[in-house]
Amino acid sequence: MSMIEVRDVSMRFNMAKERVDNLKEYFIKRVKGTLKFEEFYALTDVSLTVEKGDVYGLVGLNGSGKSTLLKIVAGVLKPSSGTAVVRGTIAPLIELGAGFDMDLTARENIYLNGAVLGLEPAFIDAKFDEIVDFSELRNFLDVPLKNYSSGMVARIAFAIATVTKPDILIADEILSVGDFLFQKKCEQRMRELMSGGTTVLIVSHSIDQIERLCNRVAWLDHGHIRMDGPVEEVCAAYKSLGQSAGEGAGA
Amino acid sequence: MVEKVKPYVKDFWRYRHLLNNLISRDIKVKYRRSALGMLWSVLNPLLMMLVMYVVFSQIFRMTQMNRGDVEVNFAVYLLTGQLMYNFFSEATQTAMSSVLSAAPLIKKVYIPKYIFPLEKVAFSFVNMIFSLIALILVMVFTRTPVHATVLLFWVPMVILFVFNFGVGLILAAGTVFFRDIMHLYGVAVTALMYLTPIMYDVSILPDWARAVIPFNPMYWFVSMFRDFVIYGEFPGINAWIGTCMSALVALVLGLALFKKSQDRFVLYI
Ligand SMILES: Nc1ncnc2c1ncn2[C@@H]1O[C@H](COP(=O)(O)OP(=O)(O)O)[C@@H](O)[C@H]1O
Ligand SMILES: [Mg+2]
Repeated sequence: MSMIEVRDVSMRFNMAKERVDNLKEYFIKRVKGTLKFEEFYALTDVSLTVEKGDVYGLVGLNGSGKSTLLKIVAGVLKPSSGTAVVRGTIAPLIELGAGFDMDLTARENIYLNGAVLGLEPAFIDAKFDEIVDFSELRNFLDVPLKNYSSGMVARIAFAIATVTKPDILIADEILSVGDFLFQKKCEQRMRELMSGGTTVLIVSHSIDQIERLCNRVAWLDHGHIRMDGPVEEVCAAYKSLGQSAGEGAGA
Repeated sequence: MVEKVKPYVKDFWRYRHLLNNLISRDIKVKYRRSALGMLWSVLNPLLMMLVMYVVFSQIFRMTQMNRGDVEVNFAVYLLTGQLMYNFFSEATQTAMSSVLSAAPLIKKVYIPKYIFPLEKVAFSFVNMIFSLIALILVMVFTRTPVHATVLLFWVPMVILFVFNFGVGLILAAGTVFFRDIMHLYGVAVTALMYLTPIMYDVSILPDWARAVIPFNPMYWFVSMFRDFVIYGEFPGINAWIGTCMSALVALVLGLALFKKSQDRFVLYI
């Protein structure tokens, strides 16, 4: 059964040269007929299917549209055309700590962030210790978040987001935050979820990590799917890009 | 019809805790590091009223706002008007910028976006309840007689809640695309305040103003509240039409406009 089905998705952004956000300019431009936007397609006719139990990787250079695609799957962005159907609950690890309020303490933020993710307070009560233990920040629980380092914030965010057993986990380069021990721990947690049947869609700029975790990979290039298939093939092709670029520079 | 509404109800049910959390965060943030904390919510309207009371009773010599043989102290008259109007102005003004200030959240996770204006209206409602305590104190202090109708004080508040939510939705959606609405609306709220009999009685108005005032929804809300709370009268049919119709129109318009534009919010904030 497919968990995520992306069909012919295109995402158009208006790269307004000058941003028209006041009425006077809007009306003047409207009347003159000069209200124009530079259109920019971050994604063009992207289709992919993620089956249940897949660990699906997305690779591609900066700006190739990986984050945009994840946001569409997570429901944050509506595609300009095409459809993205998702079956099941999603734990989005797109940007960690959505809804964290830096003035509130870690304890308060755990509940706030839980609510942002649509979790029941009773559920968070029950899992509170698990979250705190995972993030290893018990001594800092009543300190406002603004006094935390970014790695510490990431720990809590990751712990909350993965405390549910979601059907689908979407992760965008989150494994690059935190120190190496924490990264290990995160990978461990993701493996646990996967073995529990969670389907994963992950973006990482570490090819090693993609090769370690994923079974299928799609390669995005300027908003198009350039290749899509088993992990070895796609990663090999993607890596050869680096070599040829290296050779080109060397020659 | 039921089938169409169902997903929205489910969505709302799932995120009801977020609503709670955001409201309690607003309360925490509002009173952080103030020694008197929550007490300010009662004290503030009291002090504001005191200032206006002194100005109006000493300078303009207004002390009583009687109707028929019901004697009403000017302070009570003032506070009832302020209570309603402040709820309206605070709720709609904070709802207006609610989507913009939730930008970091909206860009990161899926959340039903009407939550943000709704939360601001609810938070203002809580603040109004605190002001209600101030009103009760003043009514006791001035020995204002109470009537059985006072038990219905909450009716105009609830209708006003709906009205505020509708207006808030319209403003919140509009402000995402045109920031000037914020500046315009600040002026509009002040103008409307003078067109609402908060510190005066309609009878002192010139004819033209008396012709205009029925088109101000806040006029009906304020007079309905006063009928219930201080004059012991059941509001007339006009007040019911004025309040309920404006709430309904604002809500329908607000929901339609918000729904139509919400998918584009994330591109403009
Ligand atoms: N909200 C936005 N408005 C305009 N352009 C955007 C927006 N979000 C992303 N883009 C553009 O879309 C392209 C793809 O971005 P992104 O998906 O973040 O790439 P990646 O994650 O692969 O590095 C980039 O060129 C970026 O500038
Ligand atoms: Mg990215």
